Amino acid sequence: MPEIIYREALRQALDEEIARDPNVVLLGEEVAEYNGAYKVTQGLWKKWGDKRVVDTPISEAAFIGMGVGASMLGLRPVIELMFWSFCSVAYDQIINNAGCVRYMSGGLINCPIVIRGPANGGTNVGATHSHTPENWLANVPGLKVVCPATAYDAKGLMKTAIRDNDPVMFMENTLLYGEKWEVPEEEYLIPMGVADVKKEGKHISLIAHGRAVLTALKAAELLAAEHDIDAEVLDLRSIRPLDEEAIYRSVRKTHRAVLIEENKPFCGVDAQVASMIQEHCFDDLDAPVLRISTLDAPAIYSPKLEARQLPRPTDIVAKVLSIC
Amino acid sequence: MPPIMDTIVKPRDFASASVNQALRPEDKIRFLREMLRIRRFEQAANKHYTAGKMGGFLHLYIGQESVAVGTCSLMGPNDHVITAYRDHGHALAVGMSMNECMAELFGKATGCSKGKGGSMHFFAPDKNYWGGHGIVGGQTPLGLGLAYGLKYKGLTGAVMCFMGDGAVNQGCFYESLNLASLWDLPVIYIIENNQYSMGTSLERSSAFRTCLAERAEGFAIDWSQVNGEDLYEIRAQTQVAIDRAHRQSRPTVLEIDTYRHYGHSVADANAKVYRSPDEIERYKENHDPLRLWKAQLVTENILTEEKYEQLETEVAREVEDSVRFAEDSPFPAESAITEDVYFEVDRQTTAGRTGRHFFND
Repeated sequence: MPEIIYREALRQALDEEIARDPNVVLLGEEVAEYNGAYKVTQGLWKKWGDKRVVDTPISEAAFIGMGVGASMLGLRPVIELMFWSFCSVAYDQIINNAGCVRYMSGGLINCPIVIRGPANGGTNVGATHSHTPENWLANVPGLKVVCPATAYDAKGLMKTAIRDNDPVMFMENTLLYGEKWEVPEEEYLIPMGVADVKKEGKHISLIAHGRAVLTALKAAELLAAEHDIDAEVLDLRSIRPLDEEAIYRSVRKTHRAVLIEENKPFCGVDAQVASMIQEHCFDDLDAPVLRISTLDAPAIYSPKLEARQLPRPTDIVAKVLSIC
Repeated sequence: MPPIMDTIVKPRDFASASVNQALRPEDKIRFLREMLRIRRFEQAANKHYTAGKMGGFLHLYIGQESVAVGTCSLMGPNDHVITAYRDHGHALAVGMSMNECMAELFGKATGCSKGKGGSMHFFAPDKNYWGGHGIVGGQTPLGLGLAYGLKYKGLTGAVMCFMGDGAVNQGCFYESLNLASLWDLPVIYIIENNQYSMGTSLERSSAFRTCLAERAEGFAIDWSQVNGEDLYEIRAQTQVAIDRAHRQSRPTVLEIDTYRHYGHSVADANAKVYRSPDEIERYKENHDPLRLWKAQLVTENILTEEKYEQLETEVAREVEDSVRFAEDSPFPAESAITEDVYFEVDRQTTAGRTGRHFFND
């Protein structure tokens, strides 16, 4: 199976879906002639032209709202946010329009858009460019949220997201764009709402999403090598819908769980997951459910310290050892 | 301040515009009936709101009926409408039934949005009517998107995106104007200037030289100021904008000056504080589009008092029926609370059945 990098997997998904459906249109800042600020849309404008790949001015509220309006007429806009952090200037369009229009119209309207882009800290760009808004957006009934951790998941989930008939918030990671994974050449789709066991294990469940999955995998290696602990790593992949059964299955097997995310702790995704585990797996647990999140402050610039602010493999190992 | 309509120069005879010349007497009577339907519908809504039959807010359109009726009378098959929260007038003008609208106000399952939207959120996509939006100015990018969709699909159409004078100071409106002009999108932003953004008067909220529509100048968008008390003028000037959209795929900003007889909403305790009772009376007396249109039709020998009374009787019956329909309709079932959130869940597709979408218990 060929190995490709995360951004190439996304590019292939976009390319294939543009070819498949004439209503798919890519919009965003620098996505066309510049080939994408992070080169995710490399070559697509040259291949598909002005109609299908469209450069926008720096005007997130207008082009996201425009995408929502166009989707009501049947288009399938895939809108790039150069950083998911910039969703704050388009929040009304995302929350009130994309998120609520179906409900407020009593189901007369649906909004098949994808909003995509990187949502991560760790690149020393300061607090305003480092937000991880998956928990903000998953809090809105009507929106769907996915956070793929690998190239394989990114491609399969992107194709699903574009074909989905509800608004999907697709959160990528600039630190993963250049990372390689095996991706099959033949077409495949990954459904939303299905988690993935990235590593089987029997002593503890490390449950994560996005880049934190990779941190958890590194921690699992350390745990195996240095502490003889066989950790299972469960990748949620999709935040809303959420694969709760996969979570319960893993916890019922290992009886212990540490939840890891690059979100902030207060009302983070893992607060929801922890609540569900205690409710549904109370009798299966041999230890309290523990969480590791990004340290609870705006993203610090200082490169040395930002690496400390995000969850590290050693943080996970320490948490695991406290309950194993 | 003198009424704004008194300050607008009236150089032209809009009745002679071709779009008005083409009108038959029955069309003109129909416009009167449409305006009357909006007014009597809302008066009944006001009564039942005050009696505690409805929740939330009720923003009445009374005094502005000529705007919705005049503009929507020009809609062709690919012309679309989207508006803000003062949306009852546009809903009735595009052909929604009083029953579904009144039932929505009563929060009933038979309402146009199944009782999930309320007064500010009427929708009828089958009539090219895309709401009914509660956040001031929030609908302006959506209107842009409808226009983008039309152009993308190669359809000749226009989108009339209505907004209040208070919405002109929201940022997304200017972002939308920029894109509309930059990309040649067939959208018409119609500022219904009733001179008050809630309790703040035009001069206390907006900076301008001659009028609000003039702000379009900076975006290289054609604009015009329209006297909203005159149905002929509304139709004539809106038709120019529609033609521009259809033939050149170019946007327009129209400012239609008008006046609301009631407060910002029925719950507006200061409705007669921030504007004087004299001012309100002056508008009702001299600038009420319904009275003026009625007088116009009498002058044109199209309407008799007898015919008008007949219209009143018919409309009153329709209103009564809609209230009865709303009263008799059931409230939505409790299960409806989590319906119409996700398309895929509603349709029980594979996607809709995969993973957990709702998080209670």
